[in-house]
Amino acid sequence: MRRFLAHRTGTAGAVVLAVAALVALVAPLLIPAEALDVTRVTAPAWQPPGARQWLGTDHTGRSVALLMAQGAGTSLFVGLTAAVLAVGIGTLVGIVSGHFGGLLSGALLRVTDFFLVLPALVLAIALSTVLPRGLGTIVLAIGLTSWPSTARVVRAQTLTIEARPFVERARALGGGHGHVIGRHVLPSVVPLVLVNATLAVASAIVAESTLAFLGLGDPTRISWGAMLHQAQLHGAVPRAAWWFLLPPGLAIVVVVLAFTLVGRALEAVVTPKR
Amino acid sequence: MRLAGRLGGAALSLVMVAVLGFFLFRVVPGDPVVSMTRGRPTTAATQEALRAQFGLDRPVHEQFWSYFTGLLRGELGTSFTFRRPVADVILERLGPTLLLVGTSTLIAVGLGLWLGVRAAWRRNSALDRVTTGVSLTLWAVPTFWLGMLLMMVTGDLFPSRGMRDTDTPPDFLSQALDVGHHLVLPSVTLVAVVCAEYALVMRSSLLEELHAPYLTTARAKGLRDDVVRRRHAVPNAVLPAITLVFLRVGLVVSGAITTETVFSWPGLGLLFYDALTGPDYFLLQGLLVVTAGAVVVMNLLADLLHGVLDPRVKVV
Repeated sequence: MRRFLAHRTGTAGAVVLAVAALVALVAPLLIPAEALDVTRVTAPAWQPPGARQWLGTDHTGRSVALLMAQGAGTSLFVGLTAAVLAVGIGTLVGIVSGHFGGLLSGALLRVTDFFLVLPALVLAIALSTVLPRGLGTIVLAIGLTSWPSTARVVRAQTLTIEARPFVERARALGGGHGHVIGRHVLPSVVPLVLVNATLAVASAIVAESTLAFLGLGDPTRISWGAMLHQAQLHGAVPRAAWWFLLPPGLAIVVVVLAFTLVGRALEAVVTPKR
Repeated sequence: MRLAGRLGGAALSLVMVAVLGFFLFRVVPGDPVVSMTRGRPTTAATQEALRAQFGLDRPVHEQFWSYFTGLLRGELGTSFTFRRPVADVILERLGPTLLLVGTSTLIAVGLGLWLGVRAAWRRNSALDRVTTGVSLTLWAVPTFWLGMLLMMVTGDLFPSRGMRDTDTPPDFLSQALDVGHHLVLPSVTLVAVVCAEYALVMRSSLLEELHAPYLTTARAKGLRDDVVRRRHAVPNAVLPAITLVFLRVGLVVSGAITTETVFSWPGLGLLFYDALTGPDYFLLQGLLVVTAGAVVVMNLLADLLHGVLDPRVKVV
């Protein structure tokens, strides 16, 4: 913990994330539903930032500031759950293919490498086009397409650990698969998995915004990517409506960067060599 | 023997791409014809005819066989929205994408590797900090948003839609200039996103080499610093970096989809967008198979190239 705090950029990232999480949790409680209802808002559309609407309004007259706060939840939720899914699959595949040798390991490695080279976005687009629109679909589409890098790292770590004498000793003393994996392999991959998970959240948030921008998001929910989709659809660029274009993008960049910085600081802590 | 293994592996990957493309669009819940015709007035008879036309009324194994043998003949089925063979539609859109992706990749590789080398050589210098910081930030920037921003900031300076204007004179020079003018914003967007990744890869690759004994030897011979860098360190460090550049080709593909969508660049990326808004499953399936297949082939090339460039890696 103290070593993590020694990384200034990592600490800054953690603070940013705490603020974002707070906004995401509090916003739905404080924002009245009619403020985000297209049919009930009273403010004029495309209003530049001013005293009353300090981030301006969108194409329907909703406040951009409120949309931003409301969108934080969706972006963070999708990022976190998709990352957990991806890292979970990756860890499972990595440990299984590293621990059990033979045909199974070879086949899993083949499949991992196959998915590693395929463009994840293309697969995610295909998945979210064929499945019904919704939050679950996006999480699935991102999670199912971004596990291979974790699997590679975890597999390598599993192989390294299992070559160490103390694992051999555990085996000689009669430790079964469950014992070796549970007591020796798993504890040694946890730090790596944490680092990977943090970085996976970062790329999952970018992926969510991209899918939402392409119109594959959950149409009933507000997210930063969905706001940019609306901005593109309703011509925020030709109108030079910078107040509708800048905030969602900046929010994505800041949060993703924060996750990346935290991930890199964690990486430096768990692999102290460099 | 290794070569045969690599070729076999790539062939197996291509078959897996084909299988994936088939099942992804068949095992999904719901009837593809129903979802493709959603929002359009269609009678039950029309839907039945469409099902027969696409072969969806036959058993799955028969569908797979005709799909797979079709692939081997270069047939990808019929597009629902374009009412034409998918292969023809894709071929038509290949040129613009190759132009955009090719130009951007060349610039991004050159710039990225140069920046990476400079940053690693003077580690923790101002340039290093800026390069690393900017690269990490660009990695966090959604491609499409960067494109929209560029479009808004430059205003009328560069055209932001399509590949050429309709009123350009038909002679080659005017056409080329017009296309080049349209190319500026999309390629700057793509370069910015991809270049960051390359710079980071090159930087860490050169950092690995920095403390190698042969560099101390080279310095001990009294060689100037930039000779040591150019003649000794970079040639060794650039090899893994170049391979990684090829391996990240998927990144370029993803970037191209959103960039082309933002700028209405008439290539495969925009076709992806058309296919998913349809939704046109057969077009999407064709695009998936073609892009994934291309990526597999690029990876094979990267492997072979690495073997040629670096004699320590025995591929052949």
